[in-house]
Amino acid sequence: MDWGAIFNNAAVELISPTTAAYALAALGLAVHFGYTGLLNFGQAGFMALGAYGYAISILTFGFPVWGAFLVGVGASVLFALILGIPTLRLRADYLAIVTIAAAEIVRLLFTTNTFASVTGSANGLSGYKNEFAALNPLADGTYGFGPFTNNAYDTWLRIVAWSIVIVAALLIWQIMRSPWGRVIKGIREDEDAVRALGKNVYAYKMQSLILGGVLGTIAGMIFALPRAVVPSNYQTTLTFFIYAILLLGGAATVLGPIIGSMLFWVLLSFFSGFVARAVEAGWLPFMSAIQGGQLRFILVGVAIMLIVIFRPQGIFGNKKELAFVR
Amino acid sequence: MSANAGPLDPAAPLEPPVPTNKPVKTTGLHVGEAEPGCAKVDPILIVDNVRRTFGGLTAVDVAHVEVPRGAITALIGPNGAGKTTLFNLLTGFDKPDDGKWTFDGRSLAGVPAYRVARMGQIRTFQLTKALGLLTVMDNMLLGAKGQTGENIFRALMPFLWRNQEEENRAKALDLLTRFKLDTKKDDYAASLSGGQRKLLEMARALMSDPTLVMLDEPMAGVNPALTQSLLDHILNLKSQGMTVLFVEHDMHMVRHIADWVIVMAEGKVVAEGDPHEVMKNPAVIDAYLGQHHDEDIGEDLGTETEHVSAIKELLDDER
Repeated sequence: MDWGAIFNNAAVELISPTTAAYALAALGLAVHFGYTGLLNFGQAGFMALGAYGYAISILTFGFPVWGAFLVGVGASVLFALILGIPTLRLRADYLAIVTIAAAEIVRLLFTTNTFASVTGSANGLSGYKNEFAALNPLADGTYGFGPFTNNAYDTWLRIVAWSIVIVAALLIWQIMRSPWGRVIKGIREDEDAVRALGKNVYAYKMQSLILGGVLGTIAGMIFALPRAVVPSNYQTTLTFFIYAILLLGGAATVLGPIIGSMLFWVLLSFFSGFVARAVEAGWLPFMSAIQGGQLRFILVGVAIMLIVIFRPQGIFGNKKELAFVR
Repeated sequence: MSANAGPLDPAAPLEPPVPTNKPVKTTGLHVGEAEPGCAKVDPILIVDNVRRTFGGLTAVDVAHVEVPRGAITALIGPNGAGKTTLFNLLTGFDKPDDGKWTFDGRSLAGVPAYRVARMGQIRTFQLTKALGLLTVMDNMLLGAKGQTGENIFRALMPFLWRNQEEENRAKALDLLTRFKLDTKKDDYAASLSGGQRKLLEMARALMSDPTLVMLDEPMAGVNPALTQSLLDHILNLKSQGMTVLFVEHDMHMVRHIADWVIVMAEGKVVAEGDPHEVMKNPAVIDAYLGQHHDEDIGEDLGTETEHVSAIKELLDDER
């Protein structure tokens, strides 16, 4: 068994753009769920809007990178408003139902053949990377060391992705220790109490939904840059993986989503590498290679359950402040 | 606001006020007879034809009532009389079927709860809503009005709100010291006792310098040792120029601190008056005890027939 390759592949995930994208999406969810108590189950929809907003702007309209970025962000603000206006006055669970359905609607709209000329239907979109690569200030060649050795484009992508994650984390950290964050945390616990103190709870919840949604959208763009945009990537399972990361790291924390994402991807890569090779080596005779590939997702499910039961506050969470939701 | 007995005062206190235990009663609040809906010399809250029904039940149907400024007014009545529902309506937490009401001359009908609070009409809740997962200090700071840092964009620039935050913090600490909670300021509010939470909720309400404080059963679930301190705090509100309207079941407390009493039964205002006089009003005794007339309504509230209490419980649930 090639342990070196297993560890090497796992280490690659530590700073991969995908890890950064999941960290950022989980950070958005931390704003929604961890700090405000909004049960958003449609983070995949926000990510899809980012990825498609970016790709379509470049491929169909020939926008520059910053223009495509703004289109994606604008789309997600609009999406948050459409979701929030009817549901934020209702109880929290209604938002969960509406977001999960809305994310599916978004995905199916991108999948349908009707808009195939723009969205590429089920095949998705590709070939939008040149504009981003053109901004690369790095000369050709390889950078980094060990498992973190990459070509110029991949290094550039990693630098941009993690810079965005760091800036976003600092932003959320600052805003959550401001009076705004105090109101948000008050809303998480008891809306009526906060309302009785003269705060416009509805407006705060809307701002939180938009803020977290925009983070999810930017995550969607980072997620799209190393691969093609395919609608099947944005299924509900994506949202659940992000929830797993969030709960692993700690729902109402800033570091939690980031470290959670790193841990999640390193472990996932390690398990899939290990299981695949174990099946190959005949250690698991009852399992085919395909079944082995699915096993890691079963492990994710088991991990979520164990976290919720035994460490509901996650790695970085404060048990006193947040045991799951309340 | 003045403490001198007006010419129309129905019951001037016979004994001279003793400074510590006997609160100074404000008298001469009303114009004409002390009857349901009577006019006040200086009303802060005027309610007209406010009606709220839950299905077939009329929970509140108040034709006219005025709350005097600068005094402590008690809103009493048997369970299911619609007191809390009226509270919710007046503070924007519930919407009436129709009716209008003004606070300080401004109409409040259709105004959302947060804006009512910003106008200076702050309420507390029957089931205390201290935010247990925030620290006591954060609870207090949440109460402050007009905070620059509560804007999402300005929140990112601490230099814009740091001074204001420090001022609020000093003010909060001052209030917490008065309410004897200053040693608890960094604890989560969840670690406070029930009575301390009531104190915190009241202190938090004061952070916004309200003009009218509405307390929904401030004494419910408070242990007797804290009762006196809570009473003193309520009396202090008046001496600082605030108006207090509170719902209470404890008749001894009502008699002790209220300057004016409004009695509700089955959604209507059935009597008003000075706390000592109003208890003798046959309408009040009827409201509480039905046919079972009994002089001391302070002790015996449990004599309703099963049928009546069932209906009242239903109403309680509705709110």
